[in-house]
Parts: sequence; structure tokens; C-alpha cells
Amino acid sequence: MGAATTGARHRTAFLNARLLDPDSGTDQSGSLLVEDGRIADLGPALFADGPPEGVVAIDCGGHCLAPGLVDMRVQLREPGEEHKETIGSGSRAAAAGGVTTMVALPNTEPVIDDGAGVEFVARRARDVKLGKVYTYGAATVGLMGQQLTEFGLLAEYGAVGFTDGIKAIADAQVMRRALSYARTFDKVILQHPEEPSLAGGVMNGGALATRLGLSGIPTQAEVMMIERDLRLVELTGGRYHASHISTAAAVEAIRRAKAGGAAVTCDTAPHYFTLNEDAVGEYRTFAKVSPPLRSEADRLAVLDGVADGTIDAIASDHAPHDQESKRLPFAAAEPGIAGLETLLALSLGLYHAGHIGLLDLLGRLTNGPRKLLGLEAGRIFKGGPADLVLFDLQAPSRIEPDDFVSKSKNSPFDGYAVRGMVLKTVVDGRIVFAADAVA
Amino acid sequence: MGVTEVSSEMGFPNRHLLGIEGLSAEEITFLLDLADRYVELNRLAGSTGDLLTGLTVINLFFESSTRTRTSFELAAKRLGANVVNMQVAWSSIKKGETLLDTAMTLNAMHPDVLVVRHPDSGAVNLLSQKVNCSVINGGDGSHEHPTQALLDALTIRRRKGHLDGLLVAICGDITHSRVARSNIHLLTTMGATVRVIAPPTLLPSRIEDLGVEAFIDMRKGLADCDIVMMLRLQSERMQGTYVPSTREYFRFFGLDHEKLRVAKPDALIMHPGPMNRGVEIDSELADDINRSVIREQVEMGVAVRMACLEALTASRSEEDRV
Repeated sequence: MGAATTGARHRTAFLNARLLDPDSGTDQSGSLLVEDGRIADLGPALFADGPPEGVVAIDCGGHCLAPGLVDMRVQLREPGEEHKETIGSGSRAAAAGGVTTMVALPNTEPVIDDGAGVEFVARRARDVKLGKVYTYGAATVGLMGQQLTEFGLLAEYGAVGFTDGIKAIADAQVMRRALSYARTFDKVILQHPEEPSLAGGVMNGGALATRLGLSGIPTQAEVMMIERDLRLVELTGGRYHASHISTAAAVEAIRRAKAGGAAVTCDTAPHYFTLNEDAVGEYRTFAKVSPPLRSEADRLAVLDGVADGTIDAIASDHAPHDQESKRLPFAAAEPGIAGLETLLALSLGLYHAGHIGLLDLLGRLTNGPRKLLGLEAGRIFKGGPADLVLFDLQAPSRIEPDDFVSKSKNSPFDGYAVRGMVLKTVVDGRIVFAADAVA
Repeated sequence: MGVTEVSSEMGFPNRHLLGIEGLSAEEITFLLDLADRYVELNRLAGSTGDLLTGLTVINLFFESSTRTRTSFELAAKRLGANVVNMQVAWSSIKKGETLLDTAMTLNAMHPDVLVVRHPDSGAVNLLSQKVNCSVINGGDGSHEHPTQALLDALTIRRRKGHLDGLLVAICGDITHSRVARSNIHLLTTMGATVRVIAPPTLLPSRIEDLGVEAFIDMRKGLADCDIVMMLRLQSERMQGTYVPSTREYFRFFGLDHEKLRVAKPDALIMHPGPMNRGVEIDSELADDINRSVIREQVEMGVAVRMACLEALTASRSEEDRV
């Protein structure tokens, strides 16, 4: 039953759904018709008398039907580290997580810093034929932070923005030129905002790091880089995006910049508003991320930033790692969390706790990243691609990393109780994921 | 009283000795009392025990060490154990495959006690989760060095008669020091007051949360102290320039007679060794038999490690009996 439905007439009707579209502000009961991969019609009145003949009808049981999630920051490890993840396994994980569009970081081996790399990702994604996979181009050749890549050519091949991935673009002059030159092609520069000379530690600086004897990264490392970059945005008029912000100071800096009208956006990942540094406990390497999990006050500030829209997007920051990369002394372990399959459920935690309305929350996962990257998918409208997620808003469950579809199981959320479960994921009208037992 | 009797009968209820943090005052006292007995036994010529006869102790050192390894080796041999020393070259660039692989390999040989030293904080905890035997932390990164804190405490207790109520200053590279952390946990647990003294570049963030008072002026920090613990300036661990030069460090943070004057007249000077004479401690002062107990610390080290070996293997055999 879970197989893709390739009905001869390519018409599928989703009946009895709670239609949610953050872009238009839609939240109403109704039906949605998909024709040849596109949304043909939708609304409360559609199929009020039942679906017509020859249509594959899916009863949504009153559950939420929303745009498929747009995850703007994932690492898919292909090419180069296929033992951790591939575009295929990552796409299956995405489908299981309700994610229909992913944007991959260019920190693969080799680095995605030329047209062939961008084309490779696109071709592999076409072969896999699940969700849509885009990639950022490296901002600098080899991620070395010195020479700009061919933004224009890379953009023609499909790069949706430029970043040095998990490394900061540290040199101010290089960053200035990147922001400036990217304007030619109306592309955004995405920064890993950490002042590298302060970010040599392995966890949040503070009492816990001191007790554990681990080197700490002060929160200032993040906001310093953002504040420097904001000056460069002033100077260049470029478009700037601060990735995975983790501190109260960074949220506040972005909030002020936005109030001043700067072309600045940012995202965060679920772990930054769900966990604080205490998750490191006694050297739990699964809780080692970059930037590090911060204090409770920082967590709450990030949460507020998501709620009030200072933070435009929630991305999984999917960073799959094999056991061998994590079963190490804390300082030697790789940072990162496999997050594709927990993105929706962890984010819904904000809604269930009453911090944010459902449409606003879904907007951070769909329309927010869509807008800032200029993508087509991420909203529901007539004629738009039928990239959808059907989810049960209330279903309680516990996160079980062992059950992840992803090749890697590195999640600190083992046993974590959540509410919200993906029932079906639809890409261009094809069902690419269906939960085994739909209640 | 009933409770203390029960706890002393139970001895040391832990399978491993990974750190001082989390040990109770009773457990620490138990180990110190046991060690006290070994001090006397060790002073009798030719005395060897047989408590650990037939048991195997492996000293697994991922970081070079002469005195700690020798001390553990001697302690184990005096109790009749078979001792194997393993020195493993380690670099964090090579990553840690070797750590757990080595642990699994050694575990398959069924040792009774592993003594582990590793340059990464938390590495000994990690290893202890993968083996069936008892593990003693011989020093992990900047985290803990429990037997050093125990031997320091034993030295102090034998000289001063008690630990509670003493004012202890720990001076030097607090940031990178596992000796400092273990001593802070032990001394605060036992009721002593602990100060740390260092330039701000060598004081870790929020060290006060460990229950100590931090000083950046050595003269103020040393005032009225009963004990002055000097730490080695661990230049090999420096990632950058924490202090401009060794001579400037000695000028402001090295211990000499002049700075010591503000401490109590009978204040004891301690150092975990090896000393950088002329960097953190004046050479003459280090050898001053009226003030310095540095050589005594080495003697206590063997006794403390014998006590730890006995305590862990005793609890092990109890487990086996159950």
C-alpha cells in the first residue's frame, strides 16, 4: 500500500483534509486535487458531493495537509562520505520526515565549487526520484575562504545560494566581495556565524564545560561574526543569511537589523530551541553540534525568535555521522545531529507548548525558506507543484533513532516524547512516503 | 553511627574510580584511611602484600608519564598483582578508533583493573563503558585525576590532622588542570575552603560554580592559607599564548618566599610534579624541607593507589560472590 501510486490518469484527490498553507494564510477543511503532479484545485467546496470517477481518492481523515517541508540546510555526504549518507538515503529520510525539498551544503568530497558538482547533485536527485534536492555552491574555492567561486556559472547550473558550509567565511574582505558580487545574480550568502579564532572549543563555554574539562566556545563568537557581517551588508547591499543561530545575542542582533530594514535572514535548528547544553551531560557526543548547544536563556531566546519571526526558517541541519565518528572522546567526535526525520515533530513541540500558531510554525518550515531562496515549492496554490505532507498533529510517539531511514542514527533525542507524525509525503503528486499504520 | 558502620563495612561501593566528583565524604575518608595503613606498611622494608595475587592490572597510558605510571605499577606489585604496562601513541588527528579498539582488545584478555590515562577529557569514562573490569582514571585531559587528589589529601591530613576548615590555595593553570578539578571536588567535599589563583587567561569560565573563590592577585589569594598547591604550567597543552613569557609568569604567579609570607607561617607547599623550577616555583622553596611536602606527596601516591586497587578489587569480588 505504501508504494507510489502511478495512476494511469495521474489524478489524485485528497479528501477530508485540514488544508494549511502559510503563504496564503489558509487553515480550513477541504479537499485538494492533484493533476499530473500539479495542484489543480483546492478548497472547502471541492468534491463536496464526493470525488468524480477515475480519481484516486485519499481520505485524509481530517489530518493536516500542508506544503511539503523545505529543509534549507542538510548535509547529504555524497559525494565522498557515502558510508554516512547518500542522496538516495537522505532523500528517503527526508520523505519519512515530510520534507519534499532539501538544500544540501557544499562541504562534500570533492567540494561543490564548480558546475559539475552542482550538476552531479541534481542528476543523482533525478535518479533517486524522491524529493527535490538543491545544493548551495561553495562561496570560496575548496571552502578555503580565499578565492570566490564562479557564482554566475554555479547559479546557472542550479546553485540556490553560496556558503562555505560548516566553516565561517572568516576574512572580512572575502565576505565583503562575496556579498557584493552575489548581488549580480540576486543570490544570498549563507554564513556559519562563528568567529573562528574564538570557536576552537567543543561545547558551550561556561560552568559545564569547566566542570567537564572541555574547552568552551563563548556565545560572543556567534554574535561578533553576525555583527561584523551586518556591517558588510550595510557596505555592500548584499543579501545575507545567518545559519543555525544559537544565542540570545544573535537573535537580538538580527532582530535589530531587521527593524532597521536590512536584507538579512536567519534560521535555526530544532535542537537549539529544544535542548540546552545540559544535554551534553557526561560527554554525550550525540549532543555535540556546531555551534554548540547553549544555555537555557539562549534556548528560550531562540524560541522567541522563531515565534516572533526574527528567525525566518527552521532547518534540520541534518548532519549524519556513523558510529565511528561519534564513539570517541568528546573533543575528537564529529559535531552534528541526524535531523531530517525529527524536524517536523520537534518543531511541532513549539506549537503544542503554545509558543507559536500552527500556520506560523509551518511557515518557518515551508514558506520562509522558500521565499528567501526563491524556490517554487513551499506553498499550496493552484498550478503549483503538488509537494505535500499529510500529518497527524496530535499523535504521540517517542523518537527512536534506531528506526531512522537515514544511514546514520546520531540523534540525542533517543526516547524523546513528541506529538505529531508524518502520514504521507507527496512529491509532484507521487506518494513517496506512507506511514505503515495510518490511524 | 549505625550508618557509618554499615558504610565502612561496605567499603567502597563503586566499580570504577573515574573521578572525585560524586564521591561522598565517607567514601573519600574510607580510601584515605585505607591508604594511611599502607603508608606504614610501605615503610617496613621488604613488605609485600598478597591481596591482588592472581589479578592482572594493566596500565594503559595514551599520554606519556613516568611518575604516575611507576607509582601505579609499584602499588599493584606491592599487592602481588601481575602488572602490564602499555604505552599507546595517541594523536587526536588520528582520531579515536584506537581507543575503543584497544579497550575491546584488552577487555578480551580479562584484566581485573585498567589504569587509564588519556589526553582527552571524558575518554576514560567512555572506555569504562566498554570493559568488564574496574577502571581507574589515571588522568583524563583537563577533567580529573582522582588519585592525585587523594594523595594530596592524604599528605595534608597526615600533616594537619584534618581537612575540614583548612584554607587551600590552588595556583597556576587552572583551565587545563585535571589536578585542580579533582582537588577542588575533594577538598570542598571534605569541608575545606578552596581558592584558585591564576591570571584570568588561565581561569576557566565560571570556575566559581565549583564552589571556589577565584583570585588574580597571588598575594591576596595566598593570604592566611594553610596549604599552597602549585600547578605545573602545562606548556604542552597551550593552544595559544596564555601568558607572555615564563619570566613574567614567575614574577607574578611563581611561588617564592616573598609571596609566601602572607600565607600562614606553617603553610605547606605542594606540587603534583614534575616541577618547572623557576617558572611556577622557586627552586630553593621547592626543596625547603620545612615548607615543601612535594617528596612526601610522591610517597603518599603509592599508598593511595594501593588503597584504590584494594577498594576496587574488594568490591569486585563481593559482586562476584553475590
